[in-house]
Amino acid sequence: MFIGNTKKDREEMLKIIGVNSFSDLVKQVPEKFLYPKFKLPADGMDEMQAAAAMRTLASKNKMLKSFVGAGAYARYIPAALKALLSRGEFLTAYTPYQAEASQGILQTIYEYQSSMAALYEMDYGNASMYDGASAFAEAVRAAVRITGRKKVLYSYGVNPQYIATLKTYFGGGEDYKFIQIPHKDGCLDLAGLEGLLDQETACVAAQSPNFFGLAEDFGKVSELAKAQGALFVAAADPVSLGLFRTPGAQGADFAVGEGQGLGLPLSYGGPYLGIFTCKKEYVRQMPGRISGLTKDKDGKRGFVLTLQAREQHIRRDKAASNICSNEALCALGATIYLALLGPEGLKELAQANYDAAHAAAERLCAIKGISLKFKGTFFNEFTLALPCDARKLRSRLIEKENIDPGLPLKDFYPELGDTLLVCATETTTEEDVSRLEKAVRESI
Amino acid sequence: MNDITKLDNRLSIEKSAPGRRALKFKGRIKHGAAPVPETLRRKTAPRLPELSEFDAVRHFTRLSKINFSVDSHFYPLGSCTMKYNPRVNEDIAALDGFAGLHPLASDETAQGTLECLYDLQNRLCELCGMDAITLQPAAGAHSEFTGLLVARAYFARKGQKDRVEIIVPDSAHGTNPATASMLGFSPVNINSGPDGRVDLEVLKRHLGAKTAVVMLTVPNTLGIFESNIETITKMAHEAGALVYMDGANFNALIGLVKPGELGVDIMHLNMHKTFSTPHGGGGPGAGAIAVKKYLDSYLPVPVIKKEGGRFLADFNRPLTVGRVKAFFGNTGVLLKAYAYMLMHSSRELGEIAENAIINANYAKALLKDCFPAHSKEHCMHECVLTPGPEMTKQGIKTLDIAKRLLDYGFHAPTVYFPLIVHEAIMIEPTETETRETIDEFASAMKKISAEAASDPQKVKDAPHTMPVKRLDEVQAARQPNLRW
Repeated sequence: MFIGNTKKDREEMLKIIGVNSFSDLVKQVPEKFLYPKFKLPADGMDEMQAAAAMRTLASKNKMLKSFVGAGAYARYIPAALKALLSRGEFLTAYTPYQAEASQGILQTIYEYQSSMAALYEMDYGNASMYDGASAFAEAVRAAVRITGRKKVLYSYGVNPQYIATLKTYFGGGEDYKFIQIPHKDGCLDLAGLEGLLDQETACVAAQSPNFFGLAEDFGKVSELAKAQGALFVAAADPVSLGLFRTPGAQGADFAVGEGQGLGLPLSYGGPYLGIFTCKKEYVRQMPGRISGLTKDKDGKRGFVLTLQAREQHIRRDKAASNICSNEALCALGATIYLALLGPEGLKELAQANYDAAHAAAERLCAIKGISLKFKGTFFNEFTLALPCDARKLRSRLIEKENIDPGLPLKDFYPELGDTLLVCATETTTEEDVSRLEKAVRESI
Repeated sequence: MNDITKLDNRLSIEKSAPGRRALKFKGRIKHGAAPVPETLRRKTAPRLPELSEFDAVRHFTRLSKINFSVDSHFYPLGSCTMKYNPRVNEDIAALDGFAGLHPLASDETAQGTLECLYDLQNRLCELCGMDAITLQPAAGAHSEFTGLLVARAYFARKGQKDRVEIIVPDSAHGTNPATASMLGFSPVNINSGPDGRVDLEVLKRHLGAKTAVVMLTVPNTLGIFESNIETITKMAHEAGALVYMDGANFNALIGLVKPGELGVDIMHLNMHKTFSTPHGGGGPGAGAIAVKKYLDSYLPVPVIKKEGGRFLADFNRPLTVGRVKAFFGNTGVLLKAYAYMLMHSSRELGEIAENAIINANYAKALLKDCFPAHSKEHCMHECVLTPGPEMTKQGIKTLDIAKRLLDYGFHAPTVYFPLIVHEAIMIEPTETETRETIDEFASAMKKISAEAASDPQKVKDAPHTMPVKRLDEVQAARQPNLRW
């Protein structure tokens, strides 16, 4: 349907190639494999039909007011961002292998790296990873590579999907030890950490705000890790960094995050954006692409992909990782988003999230039998202890009220009992909170 | 395109002025919550640009204009499949019902997306001649990683943990050996035979009790189909090994050959290539791995299933390799692939491969006098050429040709890849380019060849019309400047 050549073109081209028919071109494919039978529709749809079919399918998803966060957030996407990202020159470019013809992309990657380094208060960042989970796993892999040690300590509050991905990245390898650090009221327990840290520990990996929405105080974590020669890997929601202390300020060696909240749609889990940053001594251990500033023959400023000796297309089996395609367009989206916000806008945005979540928590905790599960400072989500079955409450509210009240945590943390992880963002209104409160009050 | 030689290369941070603002968030909910405690609060503002919305729009629009793209230029990058991506795909993936769906939405509320993914899974299995599939991986290399994890889990289950070697021909993509060693396997490089195919004798010598997987790129990076693939898969299976097919070049086979019938056990697809998602300057893509039924139970979670008329994300797979990313896959990209599938019957899918193959052979035929092909055979969807002797005599390298092509308004082909061809120029026109475009491209290539004789310096100094001239990559690597 999107083929340029006409039948006449094909015939003339085959003549110029010097063959009689197309089948002469594919003689290297054993005949018995050619043109197999397919049980696929005999007719393709035209554009109008396909668009209509997809609209029908989209309408089968039930759109409701959702208070689910847990690593992906409903946030406002500015119109200017959408307009810029849909420009064909960005959308349909490839990896900037010909730097002179790709200065636009290369400069935006450089700006992205700069913005991420500034946001996380780290020295350097790469051009993006697949998502927060893969960025987290690759950071731990780097720490293991650097230290040559095989024990990884992780905090209770790291997104469980990140931990699952991490374990997969080590191939479920029994050579490695992954140990959960005890928690105190949802946050990392320093005494517990001290008991686990030793000379075999590659890194301490933690997240703030953590999976329960709690801001962690990592002041001492990195000190303790370093005393044993281990590294500190920190994950953080970029938007929270408009208000909260950064991984860099708390001594992280690697800092990662999920960049979806920086202007990308939810889209059922992807494409998202894996943010990856590090201290300068580890820059050559970073996976993936990096854009660097340099000069051209006339001394003019320009950008190129650099430090490529870490990458698979040069180093093959000696590469720091195998990543090739990354999430360049999503990274560009985040760059534009942050340029539209600036430092003040980001602070306001973080404050709006903070306020919305605190308002929702206050209203919900006024309901008899409901309380906060953990006492600490939270950002834009919080964990409620419920007096009823959390899963049933959720189903009931989805079905009857068109509200998804949050994520029951039983599947991830059975020991927490009936708890609900509730999220509010700048898109949440007073009315949304009132609706949620009323619905919960009437349903428990 | 405007005169792109006039470059405003100031960074956004250099256009910044304190107090300038674009987006404001006044906060829809005012709440007198206690402020963040001092110990947890950010101390210094991040150094981000401060721009008006107009400044930002103009800044990024300017940057977009100093960039080649498929929309603006012929982009014959070999092994990258830079075809046209139907715009309707973008509209579809952006529908509120799809784009607004939270990844942890309950299955009940996500039936539309789950149905798309389920049907896409089935159609891809049928197209590949495989039995089961996962759409979880985020990209091609991520798929390879997932595929080798599956292989490893399979051997572990069979008690064959000593199978630690992955045989990778030198004509494979660089990600293959990188993936193998990332997972702790030992990659074993084998050299191709004189015809660019796997040398069966060499393969036989390396196959053994330690071999876990033979990783084949089909067609390989020389644009050649592994004609002996049936024998290769038989040899591998007799040795107790699995065969993995790197399907990055599937655009050459779609609707024409079912890889499952070739005997491969695991294969991956780059959804963004064959199934038409714009490459976005290097992503996002989406991956998939399709497997034969004896490997089904090892696929990562979740897998989309249909039970009693409803669709669900299945996590209950005891033998699974686990999770390869958070949530599901790159769903936005998968929806575009699905819309693309809806618009093609199996016959029409076959026409994609046919036209991709005709276009590549046509380019090769037009260029044969000035740029001899590495292989004398007809090629699949891409061809590997080298600079002719008269150019080499003048000291002109493939890189010079690539840069000069930019002056003629064409993106360069893939250069110096595959590594096994000296001064390689790898061209993949794809099916969406017309004959006229390939004619124009060939004519530019021939002009460069003629310039090599008349004014070689002009070629060596290229590009002349880009916003910057050749960039100092050595300085960039030695004194890295990676941020403002």
